[in-house]
Amino acid sequence: MQRIGVFVCWCGSNIAATVDVKKVAEELKSEPGVVYSADYQYMCSENGQNLIKSAIKDYSLTGIVVCSCSPRMHEATFRKTASEAGINPYMVEIANIREQCSWIHKDMATATQKAIILGRAAVAKVNLNTPLTEGESPVVKRALVIGGGIAGIQTALDIADAGYKVDIVEKKPTIGGKMAQLDKTFPTLDCAACILTPKMVEAAQHENITLYTYSEVEEVKGYVGNFDVKIRKKARYVNENLCTGCGECTSKCPSRKGLNEFNMGLDGRGAIYIPFAQAIPNVPVIDTAQCIKFKTGKCGLCQMNCPSKAVDFSQKDEFIDEKYGAIVVATGFDIITLENYEEYGYSMYKDVVTSLEFERLMNAAGPSKGHLERPSDHKQPKTIVFVQCVGSRDTTGCGKEYCSKICCMYTAKHAMLTREKYPDTEVYVFYIDVRTPGKNFDEFYRRAVEQYGVHYIKGMVGKVYDDGQGHLMVRGSDLLANEQLTIKADMVVLAAATKADESARKLGTMLTASMDTNDFFTEAHPKLRPVESPTAGVFLSGFCQGPKDIPETVAQAGAAAAKVIGLLAKNKLKSNPCVARADSLICSGCSNCEKVCPFGAITYAETDVNDGTVREKRRVAVVNEAVCKGCGACTVACPSGAMDLKGFTNKQIFAEVDAICRQTGE
Amino acid sequence: MQTDRGVTAEKEFQPKIIAFCCNWCSYAGADLAGSGRLSYSADVKIIRVPCSCRINPMFILRAFQKGADGVILAGCHPGDCHYSTGNYFTRRRMTLLFSMLDYMGIEKERTRVEWISAAEGAKFSATMNEFAGEIKKLGRSKRLGDLRCR
Amino acid sequence: MQMIAEKIKEKIKELTENGKISRVMGWKKGLYGYDSEPFVFENGDLRDFTYDAFSGANLCKYMIAQSKNDGDGKILVLLKPCDTWGFELLDKEHRIKRENIYALGIPCGGMVDIEKIKKSGVKGITEISEKEDTLILKTMYGEKEVNKKDYLLDKCLVCSSKEYKDCDELFMTDLCGDTAEYDRFEEVEKLEKLSSSEKFEFWRSQLEKCIRCNACRNVCPACSCVKCVFDNDNSGVAAKANANDFEENLFHIIRAFHVCGRCVDCGECSRVCPQNIPLHLLNRKYIKDIKELYGDEDEAALLTFTTEDKEPSVVYERGKNNV
Repeated sequence: MQRIGVFVCWCGSNIAATVDVKKVAEELKSEPGVVYSADYQYMCSENGQNLIKSAIKDYSLTGIVVCSCSPRMHEATFRKTASEAGINPYMVEIANIREQCSWIHKDMATATQKAIILGRAAVAKVNLNTPLTEGESPVVKRALVIGGGIAGIQTALDIADAGYKVDIVEKKPTIGGKMAQLDKTFPTLDCAACILTPKMVEAAQHENITLYTYSEVEEVKGYVGNFDVKIRKKARYVNENLCTGCGECTSKCPSRKGLNEFNMGLDGRGAIYIPFAQAIPNVPVIDTAQCIKFKTGKCGLCQMNCPSKAVDFSQKDEFIDEKYGAIVVATGFDIITLENYEEYGYSMYKDVVTSLEFERLMNAAGPSKGHLERPSDHKQPKTIVFVQCVGSRDTTGCGKEYCSKICCMYTAKHAMLTREKYPDTEVYVFYIDVRTPGKNFDEFYRRAVEQYGVHYIKGMVGKVYDDGQGHLMVRGSDLLANEQLTIKADMVVLAAATKADESARKLGTMLTASMDTNDFFTEAHPKLRPVESPTAGVFLSGFCQGPKDIPETVAQAGAAAAKVIGLLAKNKLKSNPCVARADSLICSGCSNCEKVCPFGAITYAETDVNDGTVREKRRVAVVNEAVCKGCGACTVACPSGAMDLKGFTNKQIFAEVDAICRQTGE
Repeated sequence: MQTDRGVTAEKEFQPKIIAFCCNWCSYAGADLAGSGRLSYSADVKIIRVPCSCRINPMFILRAFQKGADGVILAGCHPGDCHYSTGNYFTRRRMTLLFSMLDYMGIEKERTRVEWISAAEGAKFSATMNEFAGEIKKLGRSKRLGDLRCR
Repeated sequence: MQMIAEKIKEKIKELTENGKISRVMGWKKGLYGYDSEPFVFENGDLRDFTYDAFSGANLCKYMIAQSKNDGDGKILVLLKPCDTWGFELLDKEHRIKRENIYALGIPCGGMVDIEKIKKSGVKGITEISEKEDTLILKTMYGEKEVNKKDYLLDKCLVCSSKEYKDCDELFMTDLCGDTAEYDRFEEVEKLEKLSSSEKFEFWRSQLEKCIRCNACRNVCPACSCVKCVFDNDNSGVAAKANANDFEENLFHIIRAFHVCGRCVDCGECSRVCPQNIPLHLLNRKYIKDIKELYGDEDEAALLTFTTEDKEPSVVYERGKNNV
């Protein structure tokens, strides 16, 4: 049986003016378990706290109820008081008789009666409280960043600069991501490579950063502070340690049929290749599907010509096991395939290209060395039509319902750059809305229209077809002029919708990090915790969380790094003790609780169960206290009541309900 | 609507109403109603839970069985749950539970779910007043208590 | 049916001889031919094995206990289409050791409710045999032939599917009869249309018949908890823990909620109820609601959600149509 003390606070006149505090103290004295009750002007004051402390000692109290202001105000205060007096801080319950009572009721009798009932409920609960201790777990001082684009690089650099070890896992043979493929960046028009490549080099040379390129995360176990990750380092067939990056092998490769992914397949590459000149690491990789040696066993020219004997056809995938305290997801984006959009003729006409292809066509390191030419006949286009929202804001089910966010700005950029380099080119842009919320964004767009004379047409394109004379006829509607029009163009550029990278879904499952229906990672709170996943220890950087441009990505990357640094700076993680607990004697191992847990805190283990009559090995739920946040979703999903929430147990809540419903004995 | 004390007005009927409030939004909303001195019926007594998804239908049924006349659940607005998904589960659970209670003839007006954010002190007070008024009209809840096995 | 039973026996012998199974969970003939009951046949001894019009019992739940021990070899379980749904649920919820079970899907043309025959006024039945769709009733007062279809179990009257789930082998299942034409939600709809007090009166009069024998709970494939919340002294709701009886008031409402979204609508709860309480109408209400509100989903309805789910207030809106 508990020995409970009740402490009724006047809060000056805040409570005492409408609640008869003496009566409350008196009435609660006769509640089960209560051995002491008192009232005082300010319980939260030092004197008030001392009153509680000495009562705890004098009356050997095991639990206390403070009838005062909201627990959101002073629960922490009184828990500390209790703990200083030697009882467990979780043996404290607050009856909120200020916000919920004295402040909202005017009639003294009514308010007093309500205060007594609220006090009773708190006493009933405390009778069933048990001492709880905060869990502690150590933190591995190393972070994993998944994805080596600008988001991952920036996050890794910031964490590494703070003095922590970081590993970057990138599935492609080089880091750099999508940004490396871009030509210029809006709204300042500085060249992407000029600002990105120094960061790539910095990441590669940083003493705290380890790069695992051409690698993928294979398995994730553990929890915040203690993740166990298995990384698959795919075989490059080139020894990274021996290779000098001279490029001899790539020039000797007789197979030229591979599509150059970096240039969006607009030109070819050898079977052994370095993705692009500034690739990091500057080590080639062999495309085994294309390589003659792998296909027929004959060839091996690259190996023969390698001056440092780095080519190794027998290389195998390697596995690396590493421990991390935090994981940052920076898997970025891709663009959708356009097979659902036949009307634009993308798969039919070579001169209908995506915006990303257009980036490469404009780029000095691209397939046409920066000279804008159309893919079919390498002629310079005289009329270009840009189509926005190809698959974005699409509610028909073919594309994506969301706005891809970056297309309005890059299309303005493309249009402007085209007009600047080739002033005799006519440029048309079909749009639904032009969205330019960003620093200097609208000014940029207006420059395209006003200064560069880009023709913006509000409307959709209905069809793109060939006129048989090498022109693409673009038929669309001009909603402002309310007319149909057909433009004879040389080239059509489609702003294809963005989508989450394909690897995201699998990774989300591995990390038990929640995702939305579009495979974008969900943030822990949409406003207040935008760079954290609801899964503790998992952070989000860049496009993987939702469409973002480069400045936003970099800002979020830094924010994610700050969160990671904050976590890694701790030696031990303290966890909320009010977490779920599974009673193995009752648990049936049905997995229902696991399905509603937003944090992946529940796992199952074959456990020896012995309830006195039955001894057996059984599958039962195990809650990882370091991961559980104590929402209680599992407790309702559990039909047997095996899953309960410490601090808010079924019994405690029943007791509160019973106390409130009890006939008032006046 | 049947009230069992329609004719003889003994004492004014004082309903017992339990409001389960999630710690992060609705309980804070109640605090805000308090600090704004936005009065609501004293018949409403709040039980604090971490999240609306902690509320087991058994708690609600128990309340009725023990003589409560109305039970209201308040949680964060969908999409704003502190635990990200808790209130989505609440929404399903309570929709189905309430539908079942209705199917069994328990007046559906006695149960309710409301989404009240930490900024909606006024909504908290208005909702509680309105609910308390409704329960007062319905009168004492007897049905669930009368539903019993032999 | 006798032909099918014989073929099943042959199949069992074959599986036993091949070493695939060590025991059989089936039905054993009773005294009168209408009281067959679940039984475990061991050591190849199939005496009194039967599969007849009275083999309505779903055997899947016995698999929890029967599959527990790895050393016992595989047990063969005979499953009619609707039996397999509960079997699949038990498997999904890790309640059975699937690897210790050989699930054989067998044909079903609907099972007979002896109570209905008795209620029709036939007295003193001493034996029942079957001939295709005809039941030959031997009574103390002579012989009588009736049409099987007129006395089917309620659950068979609304048979919605002959789909088998999670079986290792399907045996002669092309001999399955047709599904029923009745709409299984008809009864629920009728109740929904009643007024609030009529509904209440209906359920009060039904539930007060309950003697808390737990037959519904014991037979239910979704009620498979190691320990029921009502038996758990620590839950705060067990009868023993309470001076007044929460359990007696609310057992059926809570049970229905606990199986909500998981109930496979096998109808066993109503079949076994000694007091003939139409318990399936509770479960089927949930099934109907889930279908109407959330559509068809793979996941149990309460273990998932969409961000666009209807608000609970939908209950009040739907109620507006009927006073």
